[in-house]
Amino acid sequence: MKMTASADAATAAAASTPATATSAMRQARRKRERRRALAKHALLIVASVAMLYPLLWMLGSAFKPEHLIFSDLSLWPAEWKWTNFAQGWNGLSASFTTFYLNSFLIAGLSVAGNLMACSLAAFAFARLDFPMKRLWFVLMLGTLMLPYHVTLIPQYVLFLKLDWVGTFLPLVVPKFLAVDAFFIFLMVQFFRGIPRELDEAAMMDGCGPWRIYWKILLPLSTPVLATAAIFSFIWSYDDFFGPLVYINDVHRYTVPLALRTFVDESGRSDWGPLFAMSVLSLVPLFAIFLFCQRFLIQGIAMSGLKR
Amino acid sequence: MHEPAAPPRARRRHLRSDTRGAGYLFLLPWLVGFFCLTLGPTLSSLYLSFTDFNLLQPPRWIGLQNFARMFTADPRFWGAVRVTLTYVMFSVPAKLVFALGIALLLDKGIRGLTVYRALFYLPSLLGASVAISVLWRQIFSRDGIVNAGLTLFGIEGTSWISNPDTSIYTLVLLSVWQFGSPMIIFLAGLRQIPTDLYEAASMDGASWWRQFRKITLPLLAPVIFFNMVLQTIDAFKAFTSAFIISGGTGGPIDSTLFYTLYLYEEGFGNFRMGYASAMAWVLLLAIAAFTAAAFLTSKYWVFYEDDGKR
Repeated sequence: MKMTASADAATAAAASTPATATSAMRQARRKRERRRALAKHALLIVASVAMLYPLLWMLGSAFKPEHLIFSDLSLWPAEWKWTNFAQGWNGLSASFTTFYLNSFLIAGLSVAGNLMACSLAAFAFARLDFPMKRLWFVLMLGTLMLPYHVTLIPQYVLFLKLDWVGTFLPLVVPKFLAVDAFFIFLMVQFFRGIPRELDEAAMMDGCGPWRIYWKILLPLSTPVLATAAIFSFIWSYDDFFGPLVYINDVHRYTVPLALRTFVDESGRSDWGPLFAMSVLSLVPLFAIFLFCQRFLIQGIAMSGLKR
Repeated sequence: MHEPAAPPRARRRHLRSDTRGAGYLFLLPWLVGFFCLTLGPTLSSLYLSFTDFNLLQPPRWIGLQNFARMFTADPRFWGAVRVTLTYVMFSVPAKLVFALGIALLLDKGIRGLTVYRALFYLPSLLGASVAISVLWRQIFSRDGIVNAGLTLFGIEGTSWISNPDTSIYTLVLLSVWQFGSPMIIFLAGLRQIPTDLYEAASMDGASWWRQFRKITLPLLAPVIFFNMVLQTIDAFKAFTSAFIISGGTGGPIDSTLFYTLYLYEEGFGNFRMGYASAMAWVLLLAIAAFTAAAFLTSKYWVFYEDDGKR
């Protein structure tokens, strides 16, 4: 910008009527820029409305009576049917209270497991010296590339032998064993950015590795821990495949599994309650969107975390 | 920290050697997970892929028969491959084009950037949930709102979901709708490009298009490459949307039978666990081959700044 301005000054100096010519040119450019910005905003607003329309429409439809849902493009319900929620909440043989408790229990344990196990491993990789460290690190990175389908069936057989199928254990225990290597990678990157002088100084004061991990590294790592916690909550709350494979008793269903059953059982008759429950199932994600957006955006921009 | 006396060497060494054992202690949960839940199952599924295994009887070695059946005698397998490749080839480029296009509009300090970014990102955050697949299923049904919208323009739509010619494209659209997260990565990449390059170019009278082609694209190539690889691998593994929208069948007439859906059906529906393991290994090899090919060809079109040459 500065350079173009000085270029203007140069052309102006060369021109015969300097002052008036430049100010006219400048005004014209400013006008053009304003028009361009306006067009940009118009385009962006149209695009975002088109993107968000389906979501808003679902929100509206959650309150509409059956006969208004189909083919009704309006976002605002002409008639309000609040009973959709009560009807949906108790629409299956167990209520959504159970499903939410199950989902939150699994997601909460997953967050705890991932934070503990992954930060322990990341601390070892980032800060400690031990034989074959490089080999383990490369293997850890290798597991990032592995599609889960490869381990799916032997894991199922293993959990079947342990008599864990039908419980939450197959969904939660792997998190306590740092199977989501992505978070290890993320934390290693972050730990490496913390000055080593801090733990060296602590070591001289007689701190062992455990205290360095617990008293120095972890308190300084809240941003990466928050990012890992948020993403592991989202992934586990949203997970459909895991519960589909391992959970079969309706009282242990998670919210996504319950929604799927709702679709299958109600067929075409129950769209109002179905949408009501669908909207509710998005509330936790939306709350994260509202309150933790900074971590979401940073997490994605830093590392290409999906979602 | 201000203590002047340095600790004796012996003590330091002692602490060092102390951390050697500690390293494995810290790594222990991961090591257990790695051997019991990753490495062991990976090798075991390689073995299972050469067996006939239905969970009830012990696996029976059948050599290459699973692979032979897959490649020569199973039209549904090839159908699933075709559906998945169609999905990858349509959804990934379209998603990236939208992501880059909107990112370019949002770059250069536009007012309200954070609001726009949040709005465009929201579908990415919610899109993978079952609720959104449920919504999609309604929107594109015969009397859904897409057709209601089309009738406003005098167009009569079909039943997009239950028409085998169009069903896959509703899934493609659902994926493209979630262009928010690659967009955020593009935005971060665009911010790395020094603005004086553009200033110099516009002083030389380079048009917007020329600046885009000669500055933005080459300098953004590593980010485009990264996004492309990530999105493609993800698209290979897509499952939930197809499962929900087709009611778990991959229908109509297998037109949305994603590879992973077929794998699930064979493994957990028909209990052909040997065959499903073989399919998982083919998927692994396909993803590995794609990634390797992408990296090998990348030197011809991806320019890294610290590369020096080219």
